[in-house]
Amino acid sequence: MESKTKIKIDNLNLFIGKQQILKNINLEIPENKLTVIIGPSGCGKTTLLKCLNRLTDLYPDVKINGSIIIDNEDVLHTSTDVIDIRKKMGLLGQRPYPLPMNIYNNVAYGLKISGRRNKNALDQRVKTYLQTVSLWDEVKDRLREPASKLSIGQQQRLCLARGLAVDPEIILADEPTSALDPISSEAIEKKFVELKQNYTIVMVTHVLRQARRIADYVVFMYLGEVIEHGPAEEVFSNPKMERTKNYLAGAFN
Amino acid sequence: MKNTKEMKAKKIEEAVFKVIMIFSSSLILFVLGLIIYSIFEKGLRSLSWEMITQTPKGGYYYGKEGGVLNAILGSLYLGIGSTVLAMIIGIPVALFMNIYLIKRKRMLNFIRYLLDLIWGVPSIVYGAFGFTLMVFFGIKTSLMAGIITVTLFILPIMIRGIDEVLKTVPIGLIETGLSLGSTKTETSFRIVLKQCYSGVVTAVLLSFGRAIGDAASVLFTAGYTDNIPTGLSEPVATLPLSIFFQLSSPVPEVQQRAYSSAVILTVLILMISLSSRALSKRYHKNRIS
Repeated sequence: MESKTKIKIDNLNLFIGKQQILKNINLEIPENKLTVIIGPSGCGKTTLLKCLNRLTDLYPDVKINGSIIIDNEDVLHTSTDVIDIRKKMGLLGQRPYPLPMNIYNNVAYGLKISGRRNKNALDQRVKTYLQTVSLWDEVKDRLREPASKLSIGQQQRLCLARGLAVDPEIILADEPTSALDPISSEAIEKKFVELKQNYTIVMVTHVLRQARRIADYVVFMYLGEVIEHGPAEEVFSNPKMERTKNYLAGAFN
Repeated sequence: MKNTKEMKAKKIEEAVFKVIMIFSSSLILFVLGLIIYSIFEKGLRSLSWEMITQTPKGGYYYGKEGGVLNAILGSLYLGIGSTVLAMIIGIPVALFMNIYLIKRKRMLNFIRYLLDLIWGVPSIVYGAFGFTLMVFFGIKTSLMAGIITVTLFILPIMIRGIDEVLKTVPIGLIETGLSLGSTKTETSFRIVLKQCYSGVVTAVLLSFGRAIGDAASVLFTAGYTDNIPTGLSEPVATLPLSIFFQLSSPVPEVQQRAYSSAVILTVLILMISLSSRALSKRYHKNRIS
């Protein structure tokens, strides 16, 4: 089954100082699929992910060329409104960063800065998104408590709810389960599989088993280059490149 | 054999450092206690209701009657005025450094170096600088001139204090704010400042303490008067200066009153410090670790 391309990356190069972190990346990320980027540590997976919502703007001495087209708009172009781009994407980091406020306001934050202040509507949406990430029953009686009081697994689900609340089209996830216990990890994985009906998900992981479990589309990166990409079944069962084979066989990490 | 020797050396090292640490800490506490004891011991004797409710009678130099209400109010006006002004300038500067200049590491280091440099400038130099400006613009000693001079004096302290707190904000939290679609300004004020609330309060308090406790910077700029100030263009008395004048008086009773003024100044700082700390606790619980 072919699906539409959501994100099209063309000739993307990224330098930090004189070091080239990403080398000539060309990728098409399919819409409403779960795309997993795998590869050994330090291969540029996270940097590629952060290019997508221009968090690379925060890096010192960074130089980027190439283009990332999302809905006919080049993310990297200077005239592009970076705030609009970021509102299209939810980001889930390696460890959860709840905002320094209570649970309710964590989810409502994105809505409030978008100017939505109607109390009932906010209440409703906070409830909906907390239910989406299966957190509602655990926190419904303590919405006014600081988010930092939650367990790490709960915090990560809260962060997912917070990201979803701003109505993104794309979910970016950077090793979202690496700090979590197995049960919370499984919960996040399950959510992703459900969410891909409505969202384009791009996830970075270095856990191969996780990639095998949930990926629809796989991108294998090595030393800043995309070595191989394609539908998960093909890449996992019949990798074309030698280095992919070696990596999947556990030759290096 | 060698192993046990090493272990022994480590244990001795540990014991020696523990003794040094305990000794140093007790020394600090002892000196602090001694200062507070001597001020209160001498100051409480001539501290009276009059001291804090009346203006001086018979001049600040010789007067044994009346109180130091002029200096209490003057110090409060000056301390609060300059702290507020420094916050209005200092908080944006610290945020600018840590959110907007985050990728300009070299520029940041240079700014920090400059701020540390002017932090070290003695307050009398600020006083002299303020005085030069006043002469140039033809302004007389006044509350306004004092506030501006003290603001200049405490700005580097406040900016670097807040800066050190903001530096501890994890980059992931800033990224989180931005990736939710907030502007840098929203990230600064709605997330970063909330995260650092108690640290910022501490930095502001530290600056307030310096502002209200400094004598040299206000000597030429705020002046001195026995009257309660009624406007920004009038000179104001300050507690540090009233301590200075009272102590240099030849009359023992007036000298005694200097210690009472010191008690008042100490209690004033303590009260403001305690109340702001209580305030900052409310936000501290939301802080993420």
